Amino acid sequence: MDVNAVPQEGNTTLGGHRKAVYARDADGHMVIAASRGWEVEEIVTRQAVDALHAQAEAARERAKAGLASPLEYWMYERRMDLALLSQASGFWQWRVKRHLRPDGFAGLSPKQLERYAQALGLPAASIRELP
Amino acid sequence: MNFQHQHAAHCESGVMSNLLRHHGLAVSESLAFGLSAALSFAYLPFVKVSGQPLIAYRSLPRSIIKGLLAPLAARFRFETFRSPQAGQQRLDALLASGEVVGLQTSVYWLPYFPPDMRFHFNAHNLLVYGKAGDDYLISDPVFEEPVRCASADLLRARFAKGVLAPKGLLYYPKSIERKSVTPAAVRAAIRKNCRMMLAPVPIAGVRGMRLLANKLQRLPADDPQSSAFIGHIVRMQEEIGTGGAGFRFIYAAFLQEAAGLAHLPALAGFADRLTTIGDGWRALALKAARMVKGRERVDPPAIAAKLREQAAQEEAFFRELKAAVA
Repeated sequence: MDVNAVPQEGNTTLGGHRKAVYARDADGHMVIAASRGWEVEEIVTRQAVDALHAQAEAARERAKAGLASPLEYWMYERRMDLALLSQASGFWQWRVKRHLRPDGFAGLSPKQLERYAQALGLPAASIRELP
Repeated sequence: MNFQHQHAAHCESGVMSNLLRHHGLAVSESLAFGLSAALSFAYLPFVKVSGQPLIAYRSLPRSIIKGLLAPLAARFRFETFRSPQAGQQRLDALLASGEVVGLQTSVYWLPYFPPDMRFHFNAHNLLVYGKAGDDYLISDPVFEEPVRCASADLLRARFAKGVLAPKGLLYYPKSIERKSVTPAAVRAAIRKNCRMMLAPVPIAGVRGMRLLANKLQRLPADDPQSSAFIGHIVRMQEEIGTGGAGFRFIYAAFLQEAAGLAHLPALAGFADRLTTIGDGWRALALKAARMVKGRERVDPPAIAAKLREQAAQEEAFFRELKAAVA
């Protein structure tokens, strides 16, 4: 890649930041150039972000319909999955699964709820509800 | 404190370059990257990140730091902590004594990252060079300027759970014996990198690329999961940590430096060749992104073919490079 080919396409997922990339200058030396981003990166990052968002929204609908607990929504909202929430909260996966259901969630003690709140980086009161 | 921040393409090589420069060693990012033999490819179908297999275009986290110890005859302290409180106290004590400290963190919990970039990726590296009130002063090499981060946020990022959990890891040099890079160290690093790229294991190097190509070959074109997987390959390639092409360009920059350092002018030609291979990775990413976006029909075997082409080129490249430094 030559320096004048360094993409400056304004990748919105970079939030206005520029990233450093290496490219060849006119003398053939590899140098660092700042890039405003490449559309290719934007497309695949957006794809991943959208997939996470869709998971959270599906969980919100399930929770509204009484098929899932708000915890499932918050898990996806925080871009986590079952394995990560299990590791972050210290609950076994089968227990987390149980807490993702409304009846399992209702049985959580304040102390257990606090563990989830810690893992998700949210106040305990807010994970009882959907935003 | 007098600390110079420099923008870098990759977090770990950038951290090491900035840290070594702080200690009086002019080691560029590309030299740090090449000297630690960090160029790689690995496809780890059994390690899942957000449900997708890990695909790495560089060596394992921490290997750049560790790979630089022998060539520079350096000793580093690495410390992990059971409790976040202990981790924070230790960091504060080191900063108070004037040390610049490297940290491994999660990306997700760092508020200064743009929201769309905040994934649960745990092997990010940054330097802390001071504290002002409750804010840590941070040199994050992938940002153009130094940043600040509130102590509670940094603590959470240091003790994030999951794959590659940092466990509060911090590191700093105890001693650096060698003040310049020897020709022998450069040759040894290149040989090591060639060996890794040509390793006789199915998941690493050019064989890893072929394994991934075989996996792609079998994907059904009409399954939405296939598009997600293709997007994931590019995301691992380009966005999270500089990318397949990006790393090839860094290594090309290293080979140009190495040509002078190791008195091997032939390496400059290899640098040009690797830059062309890097352009091939960019073309692959572009094709994949067009499929993800629906501008082109989703065609996993076409991506697989391009991947095999990259593997063939890199295999020839590293065989000849190995012969050139033998």
